[in-house]
Order: sequence, then C-alpha cells, then structure tokens
Amino acid sequence: MSVSLRVLDDGAWVSVNDAREVSVSELWRLDDPSFCGCELPDFVVENVLDVGADGRTVSAKVYGQCIACGQTGVPGWVPVGRLREGEFVDIDRERVVLPVRRADDDE
Amino acid sequence: MPTDVERWKSEVYGNEIREHLLEFAEQGWDTIPEDERDAWFERFKWWGLYHQRNGQESYFMMRIGTPNGVLTPGQTEVVAEVADEYARGPAENPIFGNGYVDWTTRQSIQLHWIKLEDIPEIFDKLESVGLSTQQACGDSWRNIVGCPVAGKDKHEHVDALPVAMELNETFKGNDDHSNLPRKWKVSVTGCREGCGQGDINDLALEPATKEIDGEETKGFNIRIGGGLSRNEPRLARDIDVFVTPEQAPEVSGAISALFRENGDRDNRYNARIKFLMDEWGAEKFRNVLQEEYVDFELETAGDDLRSEYSYNSGYADGGHSDHVGIHEQADGNYYVGLDVLVGRMGVDDTKELARVADEYGSGEIRITQRQNVIITDVPEEKLDALQDEDLLDHYSPDPHPFMRGSIACTGTEFCSLSIVETKNRQVRYARWLKENVELPAGVEDFHIHLSGCTASCAQPQIADISLRGMKTRKDGEPVEALDIGLGGGLGENPNFAEWVTQRVPVDEVPGAIKNLLANFEERREGDETFREFVARTDEEDLAELVEPEETSYEDPMMHNTKRTWYPYADDDSLDASPAPTHGDGTPIASDD
Repeated sequence: MSVSLRVLDDGAWVSVNDAREVSVSELWRLDDPSFCGCELPDFVVENVLDVGADGRTVSAKVYGQCIACGQTGVPGWVPVGRLREGEFVDIDRERVVLPVRRADDDE
Repeated sequence: MPTDVERWKSEVYGNEIREHLLEFAEQGWDTIPEDERDAWFERFKWWGLYHQRNGQESYFMMRIGTPNGVLTPGQTEVVAEVADEYARGPAENPIFGNGYVDWTTRQSIQLHWIKLEDIPEIFDKLESVGLSTQQACGDSWRNIVGCPVAGKDKHEHVDALPVAMELNETFKGNDDHSNLPRKWKVSVTGCREGCGQGDINDLALEPATKEIDGEETKGFNIRIGGGLSRNEPRLARDIDVFVTPEQAPEVSGAISALFRENGDRDNRYNARIKFLMDEWGAEKFRNVLQEEYVDFELETAGDDLRSEYSYNSGYADGGHSDHVGIHEQADGNYYVGLDVLVGRMGVDDTKELARVADEYGSGEIRITQRQNVIITDVPEEKLDALQDEDLLDHYSPDPHPFMRGSIACTGTEFCSLSIVETKNRQVRYARWLKENVELPAGVEDFHIHLSGCTASCAQPQIADISLRGMKTRKDGEPVEALDIGLGGGLGENPNFAEWVTQRVPVDEVPGAIKNLLANFEERREGDETFREFVARTDEEDLAELVEPEETSYEDPMMHNTKRTWYPYADDDSLDASPAPTHGDGTPIASDD
C-alpha cells in the first residue's frame, strides 16, 4: 500500500496521505545526547525539513533547538508516528522520549 | 529532484490557475479531490489565497496587493465592504470582533475567513475598482513596496511611484516571470529617508545620482538579496549598478530572469536569491547579469543618499522614523498618518476611514510598512476638523510610543508556521507597557516587533526590541515563549538585532522590557537612543539587563494555541471545530 509523505506549508507540517499530522512548535524530548550534550534534549521544532518512512515508522528531519542549553540544529531522523495498514497512527510526541536515528546508524 | 511544489507548479501555475479556482468556487470547496488539495492550495496562493491552518479547513486568508501601498479614491470603501460581507468567521476575536482588515508590513491587505465559494463575487467587487489579488502570494513578483508617500513627499530625490507602478504593470500576470523559484520581493525608494526598506528585499532600487555624459542624472542604485526569514537574515548587497527610471523595468526584468534561471528549485529553503548571492558574491552576480541578461552596458553605481536615511533607523537624526503624524506634502497639502495598533482595523472603522479620507482629503489612503495608514491630500484648513473626528481618537496621529512602535504578524490565530499567538498578545503588551512603564525622557520612537516564527513577517530583526516566537517549559509545563533581540534597525548602517535572551515565558516579557528600559535609563549617556546604547554595550552585559520577571501582566494564552481550532473560541479544542464548512458556513459532515 503506497503512502504519501510530504512536507507542507513551507516546513510547518508533515503530511501523511494528504492529511496534516505533525506540526512545528511542538516540544519533543529526544534520546540524542550527541545533539547538544544534554542527556535528553528538550527540543522545540521550528521547521520540518524532510520526512520518510523506515518500515512502519514515519520519521522526520527537523530544525530546532534544545530549550535547556540553546543548541540549534538538525538532529538525526526523529520518529513521529507509525503506519498501521497504511493509516498514520500518532504518538504522543510531547510526552514520550523519541529515539533519534543518526545517519551513522544506517551503516 | 524537484520538490512537490515545483512539480505542482510545472503542471498548472500562473494566470491559468484562475479558471480552476473559479470552477472550484462554483462547485464548492469539497469538490476539490482530497489527494489534490495540497497542490491546489499551493497554486491558489498565486491568486492571493492561503488556506488557513489545521482546524480551519475550507477557510482562506486573502491578500490584496496594493502597489506601493496606494489605495486610490473609492478602493478603501470596497475593501471595507468586502471584509464586512465575506471576512466573517465562525468565532469572534475578543479584541477585534468579527470582520476586520489587516494592513501588512508589505503595504498590502489581508482578510481572513474567506470562503472559496465567495471568490467570484469578491473578485468582481475588487476588480471593479482596480484592485487585485494576483501574485499577492506564491513564487513570483509580490506586492511592490516603497515610500508610502511617494509622489507627495517633500523629501523626495526622485518620484519613485511611476517606476513602482510600471514595474507592477509589467510584471503582474507576465508569463515570463510568473513562475520563479521562490517569492520575489521588490522595493522602489525615491525619498531621502529610506522608507522603502530596500535593505530587506530581494531587489531594491534606491535613490542615487550619476553623472552620465556630463549630466547629473537622477535614478536608482540596485541592491540584491536582502531578506529576514529562516534564521538567515541578509542585507541586500550593492551590485554596483545604476539605472535611470526609464531603464528600471528592463534591468529589473533581467534580474528576475537571472533568478528564474539560476535560483535553486531543488530545495525551497535555499531558493531565495539571497542564497544565490551568498554563493556567487556581488561581483559575479553583476558579471552574469551584464553578460547574459542585459543588452546594453550597465552603468556603475551612482552617489547614494544612504547617509540621510532615518526611517526605522533608531537614530535621532531628525528625519522620519515612521509616517505617523501630520506632515506637509510638496504641494502644500498635508498627509496625516494614523497609528493602527498591530495593523488590524474593524470593518466599521475601515468604512469610517474611507469616509474621512473622502471628506477631508482626496479619498486616497496609503498603507505603510509599519502597518499604519495615511490619509493624503488634506488642505491645511481642514486639518482641525479632521483631528476632531472620532476615528482619530482610536487611530491617533499622535499615539503613545508603545502603541506607535508595535508591529505583529498574524500568529497562531490563523497561520500554520507561527509558534505563538501574536496580534492580540502585542495589543496586551502595548497596553500594559503604556500603563506601567515610563520611557526615558525624549524617547518618542521605540519599536517592538513581535513575530511568531523565524519567517519574520513582523520584521523583528529591525526593531529596538525584537520578539520571536519560541517554546519553553515553566513549572514543568510547555508554554509559549519569546526570544528577545535588541538594537536592530535600518538607516545608513543597518544591522539586525542581537538575540540576547532566549525562551522567555510570554508572561515574563513585559517585566523584561520594563527592567530593560529602567536599566537603559540608568546607564544612558546624554540623549543617546536605545539603538545607540545597545551598539556600545556588549552582548553579555545586555543579556544581564533584560531580567525577565512576572508582573501584574497576565497572559491568557500560555498554552499551545496551535492545538486549538481557534484560540479564542469558547470551546477551542480541535474536535469542536465547525470546519470544513460549506459556502454558507454550515459544517460539511464527514459522510457528506
């Protein structure tokens, strides 16, 4: 089943199957100590740069900053939801810790 | 690989969008196939329509382009009538009511809650008086900005209005320039005070004089690649080219063509011409322009007037810092600049504005880049009676500096990109500051710009105090916050604000401004302006002077206003949204 994934509104939204599902301005807790040195960066999402799917996991590349230390930048791929029979299933991104996949994890 | 947007543009774009738009309007919003909506909404922007954010489906923001901010007699009344009839939403704004007009920082007009089904009638009404939404948004020539009193001003080097109007005529609806890699913002300035804000535009024509064949010739120097968005602010760069007013359309078209052919269509974040300028530099840019896009020998730059620029400069150099107030025109009449707090005016007040302009002036209104309006052509003998009008009690020509200096973008009320609520918040801030904070003696211009995100529609980087939407945690809970920047401004030597304090919870920002101003007053040397004070103080010291603090100011919008369908609705939850709706406003049932 093909799934349409897009970044819309100049980076304001992740769209899945033509529905806006993930917005900028959320606060995410990332499991990515290499991003800024904070153990679990408290990351505000300012712009969505890219979206992709790895199996059933929908992930996004986003620009933003850690509100604890101020470090700005682009962490690795951040999981933002799951696909179940082609449908997007949201996760509570503001309340769970999101495991970030860095580029070198691909190797 | 081309982006989705480029692919959609390659299928249908430019003038041809209109027939599709009118067809969908005829058949109803819900006849746009679901899997084509994003493509059509992207295209509709070219005709001035932005689909509003999540929770407000089927409603649009409409932007009307008014070149150089000029509304000719009769046009303001029609804008008010259109807003009254068509720009009313399913919920009321607690400060502005339901039905209002936004005057924008690019001298345009924005209306909200527009229904697609009403577009044909709205276009008929607007076009009957020569107004248009064409290219007000989208990847093309946007509304051309300039000194809002061009052609009237006593401080004019060259009358830029005919040039701005000719550029508008030439490049609106022009198929060769209708599909650019990204938006194309143009400023044409003829006055001596820099009111066109050319430094923050993609293409800036700035007043200059050049000796050509032994004769002093008035015209424009050209700068390229300014812009504020995306954490990548740039000042437009001098490419060492002078044009006469007659050459301006041809050379501007050549530069637009250069952008069309060389801008980055693979990455929209890198598409604005400022990034091409980063890559090439001014010298290469000029060489390519000369060799590949212009058939005659370009003149090198003439003598500019930048040392006289006062507009939004933050320096007390005697010139205009804005257009508020009563000022004599070159013809002996007067223009009267009215302060419109955050640029929003209710429909009844807009109707009154049209009436007052007609009764006391020529009926013309000009829109400024500080979200204010100007009544032009008022004879001296009518000034007193004009000032007695009730309208001027609310939209004052002599406002308090905190009112006068406030600018705010649209914010999460309607905008997808914004991180925080803005317009109503800036109104609350300005009112609280006016009641609770003393400005140091002699400070009459003090600019506070609030932008909801890094797109920078409120031009935050060029204000005395720059506020930019952010998030933080307070008592463990996510809350809306603002970054605070200081000391930005234009003028002879423009510079962007330094972001000295970040992620201040929104309820502590008024206290931060109060403490900062008290610290400024204590350390001020003589009559120095705030910008001068910031310029001579190092960044670490400035950060210590900000001192965020809770005060009597209370903020009712600390939560994530983006997660509401409309932040001011009684039940603001996304589930309570009536959208999408039919043309008559009744909800479209999901099984419709």
